[in-house]
Amino acid sequence: MSSNSHNSINPNRRSRVIIGNIVYVLFLLSVLVGIVGLIVLIIDVLTGGLPWMSWHFIFDYPSRKPAEAGLFSALMGTVWLMFMTALITVPIGVCAAIYLEEYAPRNLFTRIIEINVANLAGVPSIVYGLLGLSLFVYYIGTSDEFLGRSVLAGAMTLSLLVLPIVILASREAIRAVPNSYREGAYAMGADQWQVIKGVVLPSAIPGILTGTILAMSRAIGEAAPVIAISALVYLTFIPSHPMDRFTVLPIQIYNWVSRPQDEFRGLAAAGIIVMLVLLLSMNAIAVFLRNKYQKRSEE
Amino acid sequence: MTSEIGQQVILSAQKLNVYYGEFNAVKDVDIDINQNSITALIGPSGCGKSTFLRCLNRMNDLIVGASVQGKVMFEGVDLYGGEIDATEIRSRIGMVFQKPNPFPKSIYQNIAWGLKVNGFKGNYDEAVERALNQAALWDEVKDRLNNSAFTLSGGQQQRLCIARALAVEPAVLLMDEPASALDPIATLAIEELIKQLKDHVTIVIVTHNMQQAARVSDETAFFMVGENRSGYLVEHDDTQKIFSNPSNTRTEEYITGRFS
Repeated sequence: MSSNSHNSINPNRRSRVIIGNIVYVLFLLSVLVGIVGLIVLIIDVLTGGLPWMSWHFIFDYPSRKPAEAGLFSALMGTVWLMFMTALITVPIGVCAAIYLEEYAPRNLFTRIIEINVANLAGVPSIVYGLLGLSLFVYYIGTSDEFLGRSVLAGAMTLSLLVLPIVILASREAIRAVPNSYREGAYAMGADQWQVIKGVVLPSAIPGILTGTILAMSRAIGEAAPVIAISALVYLTFIPSHPMDRFTVLPIQIYNWVSRPQDEFRGLAAAGIIVMLVLLLSMNAIAVFLRNKYQKRSEE
Repeated sequence: MTSEIGQQVILSAQKLNVYYGEFNAVKDVDIDINQNSITALIGPSGCGKSTFLRCLNRMNDLIVGASVQGKVMFEGVDLYGGEIDATEIRSRIGMVFQKPNPFPKSIYQNIAWGLKVNGFKGNYDEAVERALNQAALWDEVKDRLNNSAFTLSGGQQQRLCIARALAVEPAVLLMDEPASALDPIATLAIEELIKQLKDHVTIVIVTHNMQQAARVSDETAFFMVGENRSGYLVEHDDTQKIFSNPSNTRTEEYITGRFS
């Protein structure tokens, strides 16, 4: 490493190598914070929750005695809620996205709608919960028989929450359809709806599906808006129709965590495992669908 | 479909002006297109030949801010007259684009879909075979009709797009530089095809390639960029005359490559 040249170039390799290594370690540590956090979380939840995992835990109703408690009502409540939220959100979200991408004239009104949709996607979820409470539960819902604190009211509230996300994802999927497909279709004498139905939507559906599933998996974990609507934690039946009362996994978990007895904390951890499994399998479906259709369109 | 009278005008633009917003992209074009002929539109970039082509089946309707003044007469009707349905026109006057743009469907469905949207009630298998035969593609794809159209080569994809357009039996086929994205061999195949198609349809083709215009077309129209960047028609005549003895000096300069 002796320098015997007389010009002013000084490669200074040693200090460059040191800086390079420091930077590398710094970046690696930043990544590890996230990964280690996730691993600690999973280990913590598994050690706390696995001893409580059993078929009876999944298929039994909550109880004051930890050994007998289960989360069947919350699990089925979550399934009901997801199903109905999807039923409300997907048609409205996709239709709104089609309108905005394919039909809406480029004017101020459209711009205002677009900015609003984008902003709504960032509104805190408790705000939607309170809106749902005052609008669906108190204003429209007049009694427990009609709307009230029902699964339907919960699904409508969650729909408000995820609708902007579904609209944004669907718009992106529709915009990604090459314009040359539309031109080719119009050039054959198809009208606008035929072009959308026959060429645009088939190409956009994988993207729409992926976005919708991811939006739904966000809705699964939301506790705040559903607490406002449901306010129930101790439910010994599962909803049998849309106007039934309900509870969901995050509420049940939250309730168990806040109990003084240690055993309930184990139950909460077991509940988290159930929720994580549900969430990860939905994300896995989304990834699977995306990969499957990506491959097809690259053929 | 073959005309018995030798030269019959099928498509005629009269004082046609195209605007993009305020910009006068194509200025005062008058041209008659003869039935069952091949007309090549040539000229430098930005001379409005593609814009003009897209007026002939109202594809310009799809561009925001585009407007058209003047007339395009087709079978005795003004395409820009009040009560004309643009979708109906496009099934009578088809179009093939610069880049092959098959739909992300099977080879079969690419053709069948166009028939379906136009309310075709006959035998789909026969119609698909006929269209693929007309586009000289049948022998290459008959064993894999259910494969994705994207499994075809670029030249095959473009012939599929031509087959797709022919399937709905248009009277006119507009082609916007149909071979510019293809290799020389695929280009030659497309050119051969165009010459054969003349018996079925009238063809108007935009091309950047003057040899191509000379090889395939019966008539040639030469466009230029004029004042304010507006495109206009300089000269329209038999291809032979345009390439051997043009009446306009600008045409001659362009043909001989003195500017491009």
